[in-house]
Amino acid sequence: MTKEPLFELREVSKSFGGLNVADELSLHVDEGEIVSLIGPNGAGKTTVFNLVTGIYRPDSGEIRFEGRNIVGLAPHKITQLGIARTFQTLRLFLNMTVKENVMAAAYGHTRSTVVEAIFRLPRARREEREIAQLAEEKLAFFGQRLAGYRHDQQAYNLSYANRRRLEIARAMATNPRLLLLDEPAAGMNPAETHELTELVGRLRTDGGYTVLVIEHDMHVVEGISDRVIALDHGVKIAEGSFEQVATNDRVIEAYLGLRGAA
Amino acid sequence: MEAGGDKPRVGVDEWVANVEGRLERRTGFAGLARRIDEFVPPWTRLVLFAVIAASLPLWMGRGDLFAYGIFTLVYVLLGLGLNIVVGYAGLLDLGYVAFFGFGAYFYALLSSEHYGLHWPSAVSFPVVVVSTALLGLVLGIPSRRLLGDYLAIVTLFFGQAFVVFVNAANPTVRGKGLTGGPNGIADIDPNDLFGYELTTRRQQYWFILAVVLLVLIGLHFLSESRTGRAWRALREDPLAAEAMSIPVNRLKLMAFAFGAGIAGLTGCIFAAVLTAVTSGNFALPILITIYAIVILGGIGSLTGVVIGAIVINVSFQFLAPENPQNNARILFYAVIVLLLVLSLRPWWRLAAVLGGTIAFGLVAHTLAEAISPSWTAGPVVEGGRFAHVISDWVIIPAGHERFANVAYIALIVAVLAVTRIHGWWRTLLLIPTVYLAAVVWETSFVEQPAVARWILFGALLVTLMTVRPQGLLGTPRVEIV
Repeated sequence: MTKEPLFELREVSKSFGGLNVADELSLHVDEGEIVSLIGPNGAGKTTVFNLVTGIYRPDSGEIRFEGRNIVGLAPHKITQLGIARTFQTLRLFLNMTVKENVMAAAYGHTRSTVVEAIFRLPRARREEREIAQLAEEKLAFFGQRLAGYRHDQQAYNLSYANRRRLEIARAMATNPRLLLLDEPAAGMNPAETHELTELVGRLRTDGGYTVLVIEHDMHVVEGISDRVIALDHGVKIAEGSFEQVATNDRVIEAYLGLRGAA
Repeated sequence: MEAGGDKPRVGVDEWVANVEGRLERRTGFAGLARRIDEFVPPWTRLVLFAVIAASLPLWMGRGDLFAYGIFTLVYVLLGLGLNIVVGYAGLLDLGYVAFFGFGAYFYALLSSEHYGLHWPSAVSFPVVVVSTALLGLVLGIPSRRLLGDYLAIVTLFFGQAFVVFVNAANPTVRGKGLTGGPNGIADIDPNDLFGYELTTRRQQYWFILAVVLLVLIGLHFLSESRTGRAWRALREDPLAAEAMSIPVNRLKLMAFAFGAGIAGLTGCIFAAVLTAVTSGNFALPILITIYAIVILGGIGSLTGVVIGAIVINVSFQFLAPENPQNNARILFYAVIVLLLVLSLRPWWRLAAVLGGTIAFGLVAHTLAEAISPSWTAGPVVEGGRFAHVISDWVIIPAGHERFANVAYIALIVAVLAVTRIHGWWRTLLLIPTVYLAAVVWETSFVEQPAVARWILFGALLVTLMTVRPQGLLGTPRVEIV
């Protein structure tokens, strides 16, 4: 038997009323891979993220991470195991500073108690230093974009593109092995999109993360993906390299409609 | 880099940030307060507060020390506890005052003549604080899945149920009503420091001050810890917080228990200082006052709570019925001027309104007198030093009973009109409106001190919260951009 992949969905189904948003969906991501999830609007891409992170509970099937089934765990437990996500709709802690946004995400892997915090006992002090350092490290990943002078600004001051970057930095601060990025390039201009493509590559090489990314911009998908998975109506319709998927008849049909149909 | 030397280039991120910073800089008095708040580090602030507060008993009379000093500190403690629940964790807890009452009653049972138990403070304090925190936890467990309005309803019910229980249920325990019903519990022991009883107002004041300072330091550290950040994160976005590895439900319970614990601690002190507790001490008005303190100071800010408590309690005591009417009058005119100063910009608009109002008053007064001397012959109630100025400026008729009511209605219409129109017309209309307010004050409110006190208190809150919805020291909050 071959080694189990880092992350795997096994025949996961989920429906809301009569609407199947995931139908016996199976997919996997290997350690160190960058995999893109594509599909037209309403294909169930974000639903996959919500199922994985515990926001929805699948009706049936297994979601496996590091060889264990994570179905039914609370979202914060799943994140503590090593899966972190960003939100397509941007859910930053707007009235906190940029640095605090990242620091807050370190909650899961720090241990000092309330009593230790109130009396500033050694462990609380040490952890506090480590959290601050961690936050600066993660923000430094984005170079000038989230440089030092931005750290103490409120998050709502950031531009749209910078908010997307902060979402990624925040997810990184939970010390994940698998990063789920939900449309990281949405709302970015061509230069920023190009920068993001490089960034996703660096997430793997410098950060050591495995990445599963939802993306609409096909240039980005082409630039970053080891493998592409196409979804439509909660069903996997194609999988393979970008060229294979982009030329697949069912994918073209899903995006453009059936040729010759009325 | 080469062009422009050190200056950031136009359009570059840093340049944009500078411009943003300049556009956001706050102006006027509020901006000044905010800048002072930003540049004075927390420790300097704490030392300043400690020194000033500790010197209070040296120059303040005993009665004033009780009303202004001790009560302000009690409000500070209550505000700090509520600030954790509402300010940090963002949970709208309207039953908060019940924890305060529970602490006070529990202390009263443990250390008073009621059951003949005279536990020393070193024992009763921890017992009460831990039990109140546990009560907070118990209330939190069913409430933790409730959001916003629903949580408010459930906790409000709990708060009211507590008052009813204490007042009416009064179960018999060991041959005696547990809570003493409407009479409450009397002859409560003073707090003691390991056997040394704090009986004078000065000792009590300094003791409470020490407690306040310790709580402030602890909360400052807590708010800068992983727990404090997690609370704020869950206030901002519970779902995102949960996705960022924060156990939201557990943190909500912790916030409830922590706030309740501080309320219980305050209850111990409060009961001992008053030497008697009744359910009336823990009814809705106190809750509203605590909320006013936290909101006014700026939600989530420790310095804000301290300042909010000082402003609210001092103005409240200042307006107490036993104080002369002139206090209320000064506050009334001060609030109007303050509101004008804060809302009218640039300065010449302010000068126009103030000058216009004075002139308008003089003209109106002269006209009224020319029509019939009886229009301006009314007496100024408790005018004191200002009697002359007021009687020469405000129309106070002798007879003409209906005048006061007509003026009152006219004032309401004028205020409504001011809120509906804009630009120069508003500035113009402000002049008669302000004058009408003065007339209404001198002819109606001044004769009903009890009513006037509440109206003023309410007007003060409305004014401050309209001018600065984020509170004196709060950062302006953004919901959805």
